[in-house]
Amino acid sequence: MCVQHLRCVFFAQHLCNSFETGGIPARFGPVKKPKSKKTSAPAVPSLMEGYDAGGFYCELTGAPDKPAQFAAPVKKLLDALDMRELRRRAKEAERELYNSGITFTVYTKKDVIDRVLPFDIIPRVISKRDWTKVDKGVRQRVATINHFLHDIYHDRKCISDGVVPASLVDENDNFRDVMKGVDLPYNTYAHICGVDLVRDGQGDFRVLEDNARTPSGVSYVIENRHLMQRAFPDLMRNIGIRHVSNYGQMLHEKLAEVGPPNVRDPQVVVLTPGVYNSAFFEHVFLSREMGVPLVEGRDLVVIDDKVFMQTVKGLEPVHVIYRRIDDDFLDPETFNPESALGVPGIMRSYIKGNVTLANAVGTGVADDKAVYAYMPRLIEYYLGEKPALANVDTHICGEPEGLEYTLDNLENLVLKPVGGSGGYGVIIGPRASKRALAIARKAIKADPDNFISQPMIDLSVSPTLMPRGVEPRHVDLRPFAVTGKDTWVLPGGLTRVALKKGSLVVNSSQGGGSKDTWVLE
Amino acid sequence: MTSLLSRHAESIYWMARYVERAENLARLLDVNETFSRNALGDQNWAAVLEIFDDGELFAKLRGAPTNEAVIHFYTLDAENPNSIQWQLNAVRENARALRPLISTEMWTQINTFHGRVSGKRRGDVTEAKLSNFCAMVKEGCQLHTGITEGTFVRDEAWYIYEAGRALERADQTTRLLDVKYHLLLPSEADVGSRLDVSQWNALLRSAAGYHAFRRTHPHGMTPALVAAFMLFDRYFARSVRACMVRLVQMLDEMEAAYGIAPTPETHRRLRALIQTLENESIDEVVGQGLHEFLDDIQDELIRVSDEFALSFFPEPVPD
Repeated sequence: MCVQHLRCVFFAQHLCNSFETGGIPARFGPVKKPKSKKTSAPAVPSLMEGYDAGGFYCELTGAPDKPAQFAAPVKKLLDALDMRELRRRAKEAERELYNSGITFTVYTKKDVIDRVLPFDIIPRVISKRDWTKVDKGVRQRVATINHFLHDIYHDRKCISDGVVPASLVDENDNFRDVMKGVDLPYNTYAHICGVDLVRDGQGDFRVLEDNARTPSGVSYVIENRHLMQRAFPDLMRNIGIRHVSNYGQMLHEKLAEVGPPNVRDPQVVVLTPGVYNSAFFEHVFLSREMGVPLVEGRDLVVIDDKVFMQTVKGLEPVHVIYRRIDDDFLDPETFNPESALGVPGIMRSYIKGNVTLANAVGTGVADDKAVYAYMPRLIEYYLGEKPALANVDTHICGEPEGLEYTLDNLENLVLKPVGGSGGYGVIIGPRASKRALAIARKAIKADPDNFISQPMIDLSVSPTLMPRGVEPRHVDLRPFAVTGKDTWVLPGGLTRVALKKGSLVVNSSQGGGSKDTWVLE
Repeated sequence: MTSLLSRHAESIYWMARYVERAENLARLLDVNETFSRNALGDQNWAAVLEIFDDGELFAKLRGAPTNEAVIHFYTLDAENPNSIQWQLNAVRENARALRPLISTEMWTQINTFHGRVSGKRRGDVTEAKLSNFCAMVKEGCQLHTGITEGTFVRDEAWYIYEAGRALERADQTTRLLDVKYHLLLPSEADVGSRLDVSQWNALLRSAAGYHAFRRTHPHGMTPALVAAFMLFDRYFARSVRACMVRLVQMLDEMEAAYGIAPTPETHRRLRALIQTLENESIDEVVGQGLHEFLDDIQDELIRVSDEFALSFFPEPVPD
């Protein structure tokens, strides 16, 4: 689930379908005067009229037995807009995204094509109460991830105490031997962490996965907000919304905290693979918001185990690197020798503590799907607290009960190989053929450690502007946590929406878009 | 404040140059529309290929030089490095790398301007519509420089940007002048003729210099006066001399503000060049050959540019 893989050609069809070209159902056409004088019905059908959440929990309206009172003022303001106006503004918003380059870029042999991540203009609203819980739950997870990473690269107590099996760590492809015994400032490994949440049929948030390597998408959170402020100032009137515009400032503050201990005012930089990376816009965004240089590997050089950047004034020292390059490409001397994106010798400097890398090397162990299954136990183990956010119920096939349950109920479960990513290779029981299930059973039996299973979740929906009107679409939520000495969570996060009717896949690579996320004061 | 990355210095230098180059190319094409007419009103665009020494490249890429094909070659042909489209592509790709530095408004304008030109098809830029197209390109480039002036932080990058722009503009002015001489040399009888004067007039106008020229020279217009004006005038914004003075001024200011200086060789060459522009008489230049003089200046500007690169964005030393 990675916004970096934005190579799909889903070009905001829902926004492009212009009013003029037709396709608008009659109820949104010109409206006759109401017949009865008694009713005070508006002249235009309200925006949400006829909206039906289809039995799912709705982010704006709640559930029939549990209406979302907190969102009522937003719904009322939305209702006051007419469809024609909404579409006009949506179209303008999209053009603005393109013109100001809030895009991901696809390079072909012949062309450079900028695409906009589809943006839906109906915001997703989160109550203060829900957010308090999410905020706490995210902090717990980040704290636990950092404890866990420090532990597995040092004393391995969680293994000797029997909380997790040794194989979970030792056989993990993302474990980096080079990190054994390395001490990091404040023991922080996952400086920037994205926790993917979904809301189930009861309206409870649950964690779907952790992203402890290089979670992306935060630029859309802030840009979506700016866009909404320009396009819908009237929609935000008198509604207290937690602001998000200080992300860059907080990020810089937290990254400066984890600079090498003896450096007073550390030089922070963002390291990008370059303009050809599809997430280049986000790298630009991060460097601009923090006010620090956006460097490429070729701008950096390591001399006497210290990192410098090449400027017009000569070499200048670099102390903290927010790197948007995977471990493998970071240092050709240590990892992939073919990498032209990295900086030779940077790992030597890192191990010596002369430079801080954010995120740390080797954090990939912690966001593994197999580790995910143990997270509730790890939270209790390290923090002595109950998790504020539950996992999606997870059956670990590496354990006898989990294996038995999975094999017995496979047709009702979602089966996930623990190594995979990006929504591929997952088997959805109720939608799989008998043959596919049989093959899966065989695979599980052959290597139980490699699988987990989860029940199907009724992902919540959010009203979304579609060519035929406002319709429910499934959404998730990725809050972003930034950690230096301690953790700060950006209020809200990235709401991704599956634009295809009925689809549960919110990935931008498979027809997903995004929404502005409002945490109410 | 953090110092400017060398890579960004290189990008900003070239971004400034390509914008200026695109603007001047639009000016030149616009002039040629007038120049390339012979006494009967026929046009010969193939002459433009000579000015840029592009005959070979054109033959290889596009074959026979019809007027239509040559116009396309210099406007929308993305395979020709000397086309407006190619230059705007380069502007945009440099701007993309510079997005951490340039203002959002700069990027947005470059992006939309580029989109506007890229959206044109062959039929949109015919001989009849060329003047409109050139006007649009000029305006887009000027809008860029205006937004840059109004929004760009005055750090080292600003001075490098301004220096790049001044250098390119000087270079382009020499080329604009050269258009004229290329066309007129073959039949020397035309020099000073009626047709000739109307063309010098058009040349001045294309460089937005007609009015400025008239203010300096209320009476008369000889080719020598026009050439002198475009080369040596102190006050005309596009004269080679004014551009060189601006370039030196920018370098001096950058040194004073940031302690960053180009190589001594850069200064030496610039001083010598300015001295020539201040002291040379146009009669002497014309006597010895204007074309050769322009060529020499162009060569000197290339050397200055090389020194510039050496000063601010040297090739990394191979280890």
